Order: sequence, then C-alpha cells, then structure tokens
Amino acid sequence: MKTYEQINQRIESGKAVVLTADEIMDYVDKKGLEAAAEEVDVVTTATFGPMCSSGCFLNFGHSKPKIRMTEAWIEDVLVYTGIAAVDVYLGATQLRHGDPANMYPPGEFRYGGGHVIEDLVAGATLQLFALSYGTDDYPRREIRTYFTIDDLNQAIMVNPRNCYQNYNVAVNDSDRTIYTYMGTLEPNRKNATYCSAGQLSPLLNDPYYETIGIGTKVWLAGAHGHVYAEGTQHTGACERTPDGVPTEGAGTLALTADMKQMKPEFVRGASLRGYGISLALGVGVPIPILNEQILKRTCVRDRDIFAPVIDYSGDYPQKTGKTIAKVNYEQLRRGEIEIDGKTIAVGSLSSYFKALEIANLLADEIRKGDFLLAQPMAMLPRDNAMKPLAIREKAS
Amino acid sequence: MNETVTQKLMLFFPKCECEKPIIYHLVKDYNLIVNVYRAKVTPEEEGYLVLDVTGTPADIEKGIAFVRTFNVTVNHTGKGVTRDEDRCTHCGQCVAHCPTKALHMPNKATREVLYNEAECIECLACIRVCPFGACASAF
Ligand code: SF4
Ligand code: SF4
Repeated sequence: MKTYEQINQRIESGKAVVLTADEIMDYVDKKGLEAAAEEVDVVTTATFGPMCSSGCFLNFGHSKPKIRMTEAWIEDVLVYTGIAAVDVYLGATQLRHGDPANMYPPGEFRYGGGHVIEDLVAGATLQLFALSYGTDDYPRREIRTYFTIDDLNQAIMVNPRNCYQNYNVAVNDSDRTIYTYMGTLEPNRKNATYCSAGQLSPLLNDPYYETIGIGTKVWLAGAHGHVYAEGTQHTGACERTPDGVPTEGAGTLALTADMKQMKPEFVRGASLRGYGISLALGVGVPIPILNEQILKRTCVRDRDIFAPVIDYSGDYPQKTGKTIAKVNYEQLRRGEIEIDGKTIAVGSLSSYFKALEIANLLADEIRKGDFLLAQPMAMLPRDNAMKPLAIREKAS
Repeated sequence: MNETVTQKLMLFFPKCECEKPIIYHLVKDYNLIVNVYRAKVTPEEEGYLVLDVTGTPADIEKGIAFVRTFNVTVNHTGKGVTRDEDRCTHCGQCVAHCPTKALHMPNKATREVLYNEAECIECLACIRVCPFGACASAF
C-alpha cells in the first residue's frame, strides 16, 4: 500500500520506479504481484488517435479601437464567438468556409478546425477575420489580421471527450463502399477498422476509474494538463469482462491543457474522406500503483480486451444495437480477423507506435522528477448509463 | 547477358511529345514487355507515365536512350507515390488498403509502418485513405 504523497516524494527524489503499460505485464510475471506492487510506483499509459470532441479557447486581446467579435474565422474556419468580446472557441471538426463537404461525394475535407489547431501549435502565422455589429464601447465592426500562438493571451485546449475506454471495430456489410469516421470501409466486409491503443490505453488500465478521476494530472500532447470532468457520453455502467474490462465504448475523459506547451507531433489535423475533419491527439496518463489490485489491472493484455464488430452501413447508423462478433486486440493487431469463415483485412486509426512513444516520454519525465501526480478531487461515475435522444411530437 | 530484368520508370512528357507512339516502339523495336501502372495527361497536355519495363539490361538501356531522344524526362527511381515520414503517424490505416503490402508493419512490437517503394503499384489507395495526408502522388 502506497499513498500519492509517498509516490510523489519518490518522484521528487528521482527514485521512482516507472514502467509503461507495455512493459508491466512481463515485469509482474517475473517478479510476482506482491513484490512488484511494493517496488513499482507508476505505470504510464497512452493513446494517440482522432478525438473529434476537441477544441480550444483562444483570447486575442484587444485591438485599438476595440471590437466585440460576433462572427469570426481563423484561416476561413468558423469559430464560436457567443462568449466575451475577444474570446473564441475553435472546434476540431469545423469545416472551412466554402468546403463543398459531401456535395460531390466523397468529400476530401482537406483543411478544417483540426488543421488550424495543428498549425497553431506548430507556430504558423494564421489569419483572423472577424465581424461585429458595433457598440458604444466596442465600435470596430470588422478586423483582419495575422497572428501566431505567441500573440495570444491564452490558447487553452478544452476537450469535452477524449480517451474512449474501448471502441467499436467498424465493417461494412453493404455492397457499396462507405465513408465513415472509422475510415473508408470496402463493401462486403472486405476490411475493418479499430481505434484504440488496447493494452496501453489509459482507461483500459484503470477499468474501474480507481485512480483516474477529476483532477488527475495528464500529459496532453506534451503539455501538463488535467482531467476537468467526466467526458461526454461517459458510461460507467457498461458491459464488462469478469476482470472489469469494458467490452464496449464505456468511460471517457474531458481534458484540458495549455496549447503553448504542446508539441506539434502530437497534434495532427485529420481528413476523413466522405466524413469530415477531426483532430488526432496524443495523451499520456500515469497510474499510481497504490496497491496490488491497481497493479494487477494495469497488467491487462491485448488478448484480454474485446471490442464489438459493428456494421457501419446499417446497424450503426440505424442504432439497432446489433453486434456481429467480439474480437480481441491481439487478433486485430495481426492485421487480419476471421468472422464467419471470411478473412477481413484490419487497419487502425489509433497509432500504437505514437502511444508507445508517449508512454515512454511520460515515464522519462516522471523518472526525472519533472512530472508529479495529482490525486483526483472527485471520481468518475461507475454506474451511469447513456441516454438516447427521444424524438417527441410535442413538448410534454 | 540475356537474362531479363524488370525496372520501374517514371516518364514525363512535355506538351509537344505527348502524341508520339513511344511505348509502341519500346515494345516493337526493343523487345520490352511494358506494364503501365498509371498514366495521366494534365490539362496543360503534359503527360506522366509510370511503368515497369521487362527485358535484357542492354535492351532496357537502349530503350531508355531512345525515349530520351524525344525530350522526355526519364526518372529511374520512379517515385510516383511518396510517403512523408514526418506526417505519418504510423496508425496503420493504409496497411489494410495497400494491395501489395508496400505499406506494411513488420515489427509487431513497435508497430512502425514502413513503406517499400519498390513494391508500390501506384493504385493510390493510400492517398485516399490516409487521414493525415502523409501519402502523395508526384502527379
Ligand atoms: S494511413 Fe497515413 S499516417 Fe497512417 S500509417 Fe499510413 S501513411 Fe502513415
Ligand atoms: S499507391 Fe497503392 S500500392 Fe502504392 S503504397 Fe499506396 S496503397 Fe500501396
């Protein structure tokens, strides 16, 4: 049994024993659970993949004379201005003005909100254009200027939903190609896409949210940030294996961090053909080894984690709830799965390569004493279900 | 010396050379087997052609010399499709769509995606499916 304080003391004195969620299983197999739980202080987890529910608040400071922006675009991408004068929210999936979207399907969606966020973090010079109706205190009605992230007072990433605990495997059972947020799916189940870091993924290593809660310090694209709320659509009450590992979407995290501290290689705009824009982000979450049970759960392996295979041509859009099969991540990572005697090529949207890099970067920071852990101030709900949206004829 | 080899070539035809039956002569006069992967004539009427030629090294050399007499640029390295290492996130989305496994993931521990240009048949699938714009075509 260890406390957060004891672990942080060991981190500060540069003596913390830190392993990644990719290394810990073999270590525990070798040392035994009891001895390893005594010895290991932190297990680092990570993920890198598209996370659509992401965005950032930006503050531009005031021009002379002042403007109270009512409509604004960065690089022709609309930002939300329904807040104070020169504050805006830039969302990852926003299309660029004039993008034909799926007018001539499939749309290419070459540039949008996710790419603006990537460019901002990379230090690019971007164009701001804003309009206003003009007021006595904010008389300016139009502004066009160029800026970089250094010119902004604040650039704070605030993501309502990141780090899905587990995720679907998408296939297409129709006879035409379909274009989804899970990528291009060829007809007749020719290929499948998954999107999870599996055994390295944060919430799969803490399936009951015993250490990851509101206030947990995280590594968000290289910046030190934290969990500020349960993520949207967080569903603690989900289907689980006897070991507690969810076999469907389940938990999510709402994350925030200062974009000025981020590294561009972990912030990437994504263009999903026929679907739209997204933002791929790298997230690392440290798990304090407070006791043997917590350590045991970080030893989850790809073969113990099952994901539902779902038909994105019918069952997904029509919300039938039907699952074709359950497959584990060890099978998925072989690049081929077999269902009903048919071999299906498997691709991924989540990068294990980058997740591994992040888990190691975070482990190094903790070993060096540069990253302390924070005890959650509130836990994530374990028993809440997800509600559907009812279509009602009239207000009741 | 009579052993046949296969070589990948990328040819660029300026506007004025587009209408000449160059490929016909490669087959007929130089005994080359030609396998065209991809051809494109731009709106400016310039032409690009990526092909494999199979024949004896001597015939291939003569054939290339013949093509060059037409003011056609011959690129031996034939990089019609490239992958930008810096933009690639190694997600592996392209791997399921690449018909020849030119894009592949040989190391199951690091899960790094490698690109073996020699295996590429320029089907352009990776360019369509890569969410990060890492794959690109020279034309
Ligand atoms: S789909 Fe693009 S980013 Fe992903 S591995 Fe292939 S080339 Fe790299
Ligand atoms: S163009 Fe086709 S063959 Fe070449 S790397 Fe891309 S997917 Fe593979």
